[in-house]
Amino acid sequence: MNFQNNYLRNEKVAKNLCNRIAEISKLIPSPKIRIMHVCGTHEDTVSKYGIRGILPDKIEIIPGPGCPVCVTTMKEIDEAILLAQKCVITTFGDLLKVPGSDGRSLASVKAEGGDVRIVYSIFDSIEIAKNCDREVVHIAVGFETSAPITASALMGRELPPNFSILSCHRLVPPALDVLMDDREAKIDGLIDPGHVSTVIGLRPYEPLTKKYGIPQVIAGFEPNDLLLGIVMLLEMIAEGRIEVGNEYSRVVKYEGNLKAQKVMEEVFEPFDVAWRGFPVISGSGLKLKEKFKKFDARVRFDLTSKGKYDSSLEEAKGCICGLVLRGRAYPDECALFGKKCTPEHPVGACMVSSEGSCGIWYRYGKF
Amino acid sequence: MCIAIPGKVLSTDGISGEVDFMGTRRKVRLDLVDAKVGDWVIVHVGSAIEVIDEKTALETIEIFEKYLL
Repeated sequence: MNFQNNYLRNEKVAKNLCNRIAEISKLIPSPKIRIMHVCGTHEDTVSKYGIRGILPDKIEIIPGPGCPVCVTTMKEIDEAILLAQKCVITTFGDLLKVPGSDGRSLASVKAEGGDVRIVYSIFDSIEIAKNCDREVVHIAVGFETSAPITASALMGRELPPNFSILSCHRLVPPALDVLMDDREAKIDGLIDPGHVSTVIGLRPYEPLTKKYGIPQVIAGFEPNDLLLGIVMLLEMIAEGRIEVGNEYSRVVKYEGNLKAQKVMEEVFEPFDVAWRGFPVISGSGLKLKEKFKKFDARVRFDLTSKGKYDSSLEEAKGCICGLVLRGRAYPDECALFGKKCTPEHPVGACMVSSEGSCGIWYRYGKF
Repeated sequence: MCIAIPGKVLSTDGISGEVDFMGTRRKVRLDLVDAKVGDWVIVHVGSAIEVIDEKTALETIEIFEKYLL
């Protein structure tokens, strides 16, 4: 913990990093430097420690689609609600309040008497299934950080026959491809998510940086991790170095976690899937491979043929979650923010999750 | 969602083990990493996803040391 107090949260280090940021940003001629991050935990650090307030005015920190719960579509929530009618549902707490297309959520299903349980880990869900005579479906949400854990759980021996998953897993690099290509978001640099990168390493970012000429830095989650990440990114921009940097090298290795990548590849295959606020992103979803189809709740309960997906239902009236997730608007630009939409009564997914940009801005007093 | 926290490995059987998180002990899966007793690991939703590398952690400290002057 000395590392944390003496360095990662040290005030003097923070001040000197800010001075360095001010110094380099003067060398960059453009009137605005737009830095996007794609991680709810990064937004939490930025908001909690007031990092926007201590940076020079020309630097903008834009929160992107860094919250797996927020990018989960209404279609997936509808599927979970449908399953809750006949199964025990286990999932992470954040997903409970996300409304489906008719305004109901897993929380309302639970209030109506449905068996919806919050778990910390998929391994807890498996234990629940072992001690239960009903079907148990785990709603598997998360990026590359979480997907290998789902995969390793499904590869385990003695999985109970009444256990299956609804995979809502998504991959980060295909979404970055869309964001970097988006002229409206106008990104000058990216702060990449530390724990997604722990699994995937640096390699998947390199072709994107080359393709769009936008540098990226993987950063850790303490305030001085982020400030150092911003220093590294600004140095690259100032010197015209189009590279992928790694501030979080104590955890993230160049090749990533090969064991985790291997189990993920063994169990899942990528497919085209929509993200809330985005059109369908090619190869950005993870579905179970043929060998693991017996654990696929969509197959087991024949969900694939159910319902017609209407993307116009995707957002409630007045909600600008889609623009927030794409880095085109800040949460407080929404007319509903803090008024009709609060953590107690969320309208959009970004307010529901504790990792959503709107929820974070509300929590740390942006309203 | 991708929150992961550091903890120290107290015991391991290769598949899972007990990890100490600042005094809170919990059984976590260790099958995605090569962790020994005494290693610090980063844990996400009940599974370790990486072992913290001491050498690179010290290199990061060296960088921060420069900003302490």
